[in-house]
Amino acid sequence: MSNAVSTAPKAAVRGTDSQHTEQRKAALAWLTIPALFFFLVFAVIPLAGVLILSFTSWDGIGAIGAAGLDNWFSVLADPGLYNALGLTFLIMIVSWLVQTPISLLLGVFTAGSQRYRAALAVLYFLPLLLSSAAVAIAFKALLDPNFGLATGLGLPFLAQDWLGVPQLALGLVIFVIAWQFVPFHTLIYQGGVRQIPKSLYEAAQIDGAGTIKQFFHITLPQLKYTIITSSTLMVVGSLTYFDLIFVLTGGGPGNSTRILALDMYLRGFRANLMGPASVIAVILVIIGLALALFLQRLGGKDKQGSQLEGL
Amino acid sequence: MSTVLKSNAQEARTASLGGSAAASRGMGQRLRRLNIPGGLGGWLWLAIIILPVYYVVITSLKTQAGYFGQNPLALPTEPTLENYQLVLEADFAQYFMNSAIVTLGSVIPTVLISFMASFAIVRGGGRFLKLVNGMFLMGLAIPLQATIIPIYLMIIRLNLYDSLLALMLPSIAFAIPLTVLILSNFIRDVPNELFESMRLDGCSEWQTMWRLALPLTRPAIVTVAIYNGLHVWNGFLLPLVLTQSPGLRVLPLGLWTFQGEFSVNIPAVLASVVLSTLPILVLYVIGRRQLLAGLTAGFSK
Repeated sequence: MSNAVSTAPKAAVRGTDSQHTEQRKAALAWLTIPALFFFLVFAVIPLAGVLILSFTSWDGIGAIGAAGLDNWFSVLADPGLYNALGLTFLIMIVSWLVQTPISLLLGVFTAGSQRYRAALAVLYFLPLLLSSAAVAIAFKALLDPNFGLATGLGLPFLAQDWLGVPQLALGLVIFVIAWQFVPFHTLIYQGGVRQIPKSLYEAAQIDGAGTIKQFFHITLPQLKYTIITSSTLMVVGSLTYFDLIFVLTGGGPGNSTRILALDMYLRGFRANLMGPASVIAVILVIIGLALALFLQRLGGKDKQGSQLEGL
Repeated sequence: MSTVLKSNAQEARTASLGGSAAASRGMGQRLRRLNIPGGLGGWLWLAIIILPVYYVVITSLKTQAGYFGQNPLALPTEPTLENYQLVLEADFAQYFMNSAIVTLGSVIPTVLISFMASFAIVRGGGRFLKLVNGMFLMGLAIPLQATIIPIYLMIIRLNLYDSLLALMLPSIAFAIPLTVLILSNFIRDVPNELFESMRLDGCSEWQTMWRLALPLTRPAIVTVAIYNGLHVWNGFLLPLVLTQSPGLRVLPLGLWTFQGEFSVNIPAVLASVVLSTLPILVLYVIGRRQLLAGLTAGFSK
């Protein structure tokens, strides 16, 4: 581009130079090949595969046969699907409502400079280290009405049949999910808070804004993209709360905690109906993509630039 | 909400609230008043986090009689390690080895190939790289667990069913999108002048990648390695679907089956929970600063 305004000899030099750069840049594409290979073979092809399998019948062992739209008709006519869909969205929304304020406030809290907060933070993040299987097993023991927390703390209202009553089991699932995932989102918010330019607070101070005003007019708006990042991970992640629920409730009692991912597994690998299970998988993918696109919209495009707006 | 809001005022150094700085300098009384609600919330959350952990640890040290006889939150009167012995006899050493193999075998390739791809995406140009980047970004939005059925089919057809390699291959693929995103954010932060000077010194892009970009993004690399490592170490669905021999169980799966077999012996079950977490806990104690600082920076960009 600059060739036009430069003098002739210089233009010639720059021409070969930029050509060189172009070549160098294009040559770099080779470096993506290994990552691309793995991603194509074990993510993109399976993604196409799941769509194809949704039009077949397969028991997981034998031959795969064509099934046309049969799976789709049978799954879409199955009230179990709508139960699973409803539960998935319910858990997603309630989890978001529970986890976001707690993570945000804890993030702000742990971003503080006091020593004791740093020490607390170290313990806050312990659940991050545990596998979902371990967490689920621990809570099952903890909630034993006779030998668990209820007796230990002397709080009889904790002695419920947590895994036997649908509403209680659902509440428990949401609580344990929060227990396990709030630490991670706290970490994200902590980082977000630390990146807010100090000058904004100084300016607000001069204008006489109090702490609460500062929180709502500076901290919260400045955390907009952090909130979107955290929410995206939370919402899309909620589609895959499989392991925790599988070990904790197994989808029960009845079908009261049988979310989509679990429904897919149980149909496919327990009932040996891979076709219908693939239909559920396709629905999961569509929901995930739609949610991510929606949240992206909320965030707008130019992330880096707009974050520093008003400086 | 206002509890932590108020405590917010104390964050003189990080958030630099001018007034709170003044408060902490001058009025000790005000400082204490403001600190209480935030601190209270903080300690409450600590209790919620610690209580289950405490319960698991002390119960794992109790005898069966102690479990049935004592207050559940009391320290064991006769602490015993026999539960741990029972767990170790149930092949947990083998599960541990399997988990370690799968984790290292997934994380090292993931980080290596993702780093190369990130470098190309940031430093290179052209339609192809844009397309690749877009594809990885889309991978972030897809719940990759939904692809488990075709992966199961592929693993069977590749004759890899019931092998540790079967767990590594999809783990690598699933981890690539986020790893590339975080690493390319960090490589983008390397000042352009440094790349220029490498070029003027006659270094090829390949050399620049290893000698300049790699050392400068080391903290990010450690972070994504730990993050991915945690994910693979704790992963449950892939081992559940893709393996079947007891000898190939990884820790979470081992935990689950152990819990099924020993459901009446809660102290032993909880000992297995502690034992399976112990290695990660040791790593956390050693690498805490790096992990927390890295994760905060990586996701808040």
